[in-house]
Amino acid sequence: MQFMLMFSEGQAQFDMRNDPSHAPGYWGAWNAYIGAMTQAGIIVNGDGLQGPHTAVTVRLRDGVRHVQDGPFADTKEQLGGYFVIEVADLDAALEWAARSPSASYGSVEVRPVLPPPSGGGV
Amino acid sequence: MDGARSAIETAARASYGRLIAYLSVRSRDVAIAEDALSEAFAAALRTWPETGVPETPEAWLLTAARRVVGHDTRHQRVRHAALPAIELAYEEAMTRTSPEFPDDRLRLMFVCSHPEIDAGARAPLMLQTVLGLDAARIAAAFLTSPSAMSQRLVRAKTRIRESGIAFETPAGNVLTERIADVLSAIYAAYGVGWDAISGADSGVRGLASEAMFLARLTAHLMPEQPEAKGLLALLLYCEARTAARRDASGVLIPLTAQDYRLWSRDMIIEAEGLLTAASRFGVFGRFQTEAAIQSVHVQRAVTGITQVRALVHLYDFLCSEHPSLGAMVSRAVVHADDGRPQEALVMLDELPPQAVRTYQPWWCARAHILEHLGRADEARASLVSAIGLTEEPGQRIFLSRKLDAISGV
Repeated sequence: MQFMLMFSEGQAQFDMRNDPSHAPGYWGAWNAYIGAMTQAGIIVNGDGLQGPHTAVTVRLRDGVRHVQDGPFADTKEQLGGYFVIEVADLDAALEWAARSPSASYGSVEVRPVLPPPSGGGV
Repeated sequence: MDGARSAIETAARASYGRLIAYLSVRSRDVAIAEDALSEAFAAALRTWPETGVPETPEAWLLTAARRVVGHDTRHQRVRHAALPAIELAYEEAMTRTSPEFPDDRLRLMFVCSHPEIDAGARAPLMLQTVLGLDAARIAAAFLTSPSAMSQRLVRAKTRIRESGIAFETPAGNVLTERIADVLSAIYAAYGVGWDAISGADSGVRGLASEAMFLARLTAHLMPEQPEAKGLLALLLYCEARTAARRDASGVLIPLTAQDYRLWSRDMIIEAEGLLTAASRFGVFGRFQTEAAIQSVHVQRAVTGITQVRALVHLYDFLCSEHPSLGAMVSRAVVHADDGRPQEALVMLDELPPQAVRTYQPWWCARAHILEHLGRADEARASLVSAIGLTEEPGQRIFLSRKLDAISGV
């Protein structure tokens, strides 16, 4: 089964990414985690994302374009990256989610990927 | 939670468990017993901290349960199936002459850990029925979703009802095996990630105090079973080190580097006493062996050194009688520490690759042994895998520091 793991982090963690005293620890933990997933052969795809200040949000309402700087919702934690993994079941997906660095300081949302429509389509 | 409040909660859980067991044994239906008592138990957890534990706690719960089940139309099913048992229990509680309400919890524990029940559901089922823990809390400890855990528990209870599992203490030659199932379920409740002895200091806590409660209960209810004492001793040794396991900033301190002055002397004394009492039966088993291993480690507090050779013998025995991935990995480590790192590496590499690839203690052990052998680059690579597989920030920091230390080689 495929699951998407969505990693959310607080501003403090986004700030660590470029802070010389914290960056090695921050990236070291992520590289080790991604390395372990790679070694287990479960990664379908995934990426880290640049910080929420780089986000632009687009909405179309009644034919009018609304374009906004910043993420879609102003919350304490923001999406920092995602991976789609192939594992046996939800419990296995949760196990991987718990191992991620952001589980201990942010949060990880785990969702099954919608399977492709089965045969019989147009 | 303060001490008094926690003592009251423990008392409420003990009475609840006794009543669930009593009702289950007589109605042969755990789910109905739970339905009958759920509101009364919630009321007890709410009011007892204010009023104190009633003099006859079981009678209090049963009075509340009779009121709810007798008057509330939502409890139709319960009324038919459990009301006779509730009435019987009520009579028993009101007229009892012995100081304690009859205790059928051991029978209930044998049912919860019955071979007919899915192995992954046994510990959760025991925690829910004997202790009244809610599914959400159990789910979090076992790292599964609350809804999935609820379903698992419902399925297990349906299975108990439909397969007609006997609510009896097993006898004869299956007894040893069935006791092992009960004890394994309690051990599982003690915590995920604690399955390896070397991992017994890994830091992710399961339901430690709840498991201690169950271990104490089984040792108390089966005084003639040395393995029950062995399990309680094992958990006491592990609990005794709680204060020494992390530094002030939460970073993990491995067993061999812990300040033994921080270990709980009382718990260790109790554990040593239990292990001695167990050994008098002359039947050595898995949990006594694991407890004996812990006993060797705590001897360091007295002698100042760790008797590695004794550990080698105990792990060799454990792995020949009760092989588990955790025990095999720990065995390799003690062989390396006893001066045979090359052989130890072979032991690790002979384990099934599929099983060890995501088993964090295996990577820690591998890094440790490769470091012994002076193979720094490979040790570093294994450490990185171990860091990537840990769930615990305190261990992540500890291992990262180790990684930095090796890079200096």
